[in-house]
Amino acid sequence: MLSYMRRNRSLVVGLCLILLILLFAGLGRLLWDTSLAAPLSAPPNRPPSWEHPLGTDRQGRDLLAVMIVGTPLTLYIGLLAGFIGVAIGTVLALTGAYYGGVVDSLIRGVVDVGLTIPTLLVLILLAVSVRSSLSVSQMALVVASLSWLWPTRTIRSQVLSIKERAYIQVARLSGASNRQIIFFEIMPNLLPYLAATFVGAVGAAILASIGLEVIGLGPIEANTLGMTIYWVTYYAALLHGMWWWFMPPVVIIIMVFVGLFSISAGLDELANPRTRRTV
Amino acid sequence: MRLDYIVRRLVLFVIVVWAAATLNFFLPRLSGKDPIRDKLLQQAAAGGYVHTGIQQMVEEYERKFGLDKPLWQQYLTYLGDVARLDFGYSIANYPRTVMGIMADSLPWTVGLLLTTTLLAFAIGSILGALLAWRKSPRFVQYLFPPLLTLSAIPYFLLGLCLIYLFAFRLKWFPLFGGYTPGTFPALNLGFALDVLKHSFLPALSILLASLGFWALGMRGMMVTVEGEDYMTFAEAAGLKSSTLFFTYAIRNALLPQTTSLGLALGHILSGALLVEVIFSYPGIGTTLYHAIRQFDYFLIQGIVFTIVLGVTIATLILDLIYPLLDPRITYHRA
Repeated sequence: MLSYMRRNRSLVVGLCLILLILLFAGLGRLLWDTSLAAPLSAPPNRPPSWEHPLGTDRQGRDLLAVMIVGTPLTLYIGLLAGFIGVAIGTVLALTGAYYGGVVDSLIRGVVDVGLTIPTLLVLILLAVSVRSSLSVSQMALVVASLSWLWPTRTIRSQVLSIKERAYIQVARLSGASNRQIIFFEIMPNLLPYLAATFVGAVGAAILASIGLEVIGLGPIEANTLGMTIYWVTYYAALLHGMWWWFMPPVVIIIMVFVGLFSISAGLDELANPRTRRTV
Repeated sequence: MRLDYIVRRLVLFVIVVWAAATLNFFLPRLSGKDPIRDKLLQQAAAGGYVHTGIQQMVEEYERKFGLDKPLWQQYLTYLGDVARLDFGYSIANYPRTVMGIMADSLPWTVGLLLTTTLLAFAIGSILGALLAWRKSPRFVQYLFPPLLTLSAIPYFLLGLCLIYLFAFRLKWFPLFGGYTPGTFPALNLGFALDVLKHSFLPALSILLASLGFWALGMRGMMVTVEGEDYMTFAEAAGLKSSTLFFTYAIRNALLPQTTSLGLALGHILSGALLVEVIFSYPGIGTTLYHAIRQFDYFLIQGIVFTIVLGVTIATLILDLIYPLLDPRITYHRA
């Protein structure tokens, strides 16, 4: 295990980055007063000081508190939307790829059409149509409404390839039912791919949610990382040189994305031993 | 066979465009009440100097999508309007049509996207090829980790950092906009230089952040191509290293990259829209941002539909030239 971890460096780097972020959010909640994340709880526009280590924003939020509260919220949106996406995607992919026929053509057609349309635009239409300001969970659901498209396509092609392998045919010849084959033969071999797809879906969901937030359709009351960037552009913090306002969310978001990216690259290597690096 | 493929591709194109128009029509009506009517009535009630115009818009809207008409009839009317690319008037900037506003901002976006995507594709592919090439200089290998990291970063976050560093701190480039306020768009050298200076940072952030994607894909393909028998044979035949690299390896590895280009277009575009917002670049993304802030439904719908149309046409063109680029592909029905 340890020696494998040493070889799969990108998995280790990714896990460390995500762990660091979780530690920051977890310990921060214990050590720092998160009520300071509310507007008007601190003097506005202050650069970093002992009292406010990351400074304060235009509306008088303490940015360290905002980061501690906002990071889990952003991760929550990503995890929820990513989970829903992979769950729906797995079910659709299994039914489509395993049973084939009209259902499969239909699923494939919908996915092909859906993936041609830029996701962000449909999400914008959806969010605008809801009109009333979204809550964080609603936001996750909006993002989840399209997050199943890509997982469906990738998992489907994987199921198609697994389906043709010899052990599936052996199982079928020895009289296993469809359900047994799907759950006991295909699923265990699919799991590493599902894990990699899940990590990718979480990243895509976070990216989509931040995109919606930056363009002004996010949960106005919540202090997610994307909303912080929205306020940065809204109040033109760049023109005032308030680097302490946008640097923390940028750094955390970059860490999240690089972390997820390395984990998914690492899982990919785990799932495809053929691409595994030689020692 | 070839014809079969073209027909299937065209059918997909029509379905995507129809799906986009349908989403445009049904999504606002999903909640049961019609937010567009609400917004129009609210705007009409607010009055002001464009009052009469808005009043006319309400009447026109009621005539087309009135509650007395069944939903399917409203839907057909909408599809008819979209087919004629008639998106109506902007609610927030009344006397202007949606088409007119988009016509002003589209060239900015198309220019920015076309340049950066082509550059990123070319530079990224060459870098990726060099990364996998055994005879490439040592320093190329050191480029890999930073490229990988950059490719994981959303374009607009990189944009934020670039603005702060190069525009605010170093003052090498302007902080925002597409041209110096006060100057008027004209076709002369001074204005062109001004535009170039303003679009350098937005272009750089898209370019840097998308390089890694192309480099990664190309690297993977090059590794496969390098293992092919014809490469060994060509080397054994004593061909020059540069001939091997350009006409044997790159030529074959580049083809799948073109498919990725078609798949990635939507992603690149979404990223570029947000970059425009960050830079207040006068393109379609910034227009969309303002339309959302003012709940200008007609403008939002028009922009969404136009962008989907643009991406779909671009994908269609790419898919149609792909068989021409790669003679091995015949597109049999599987």
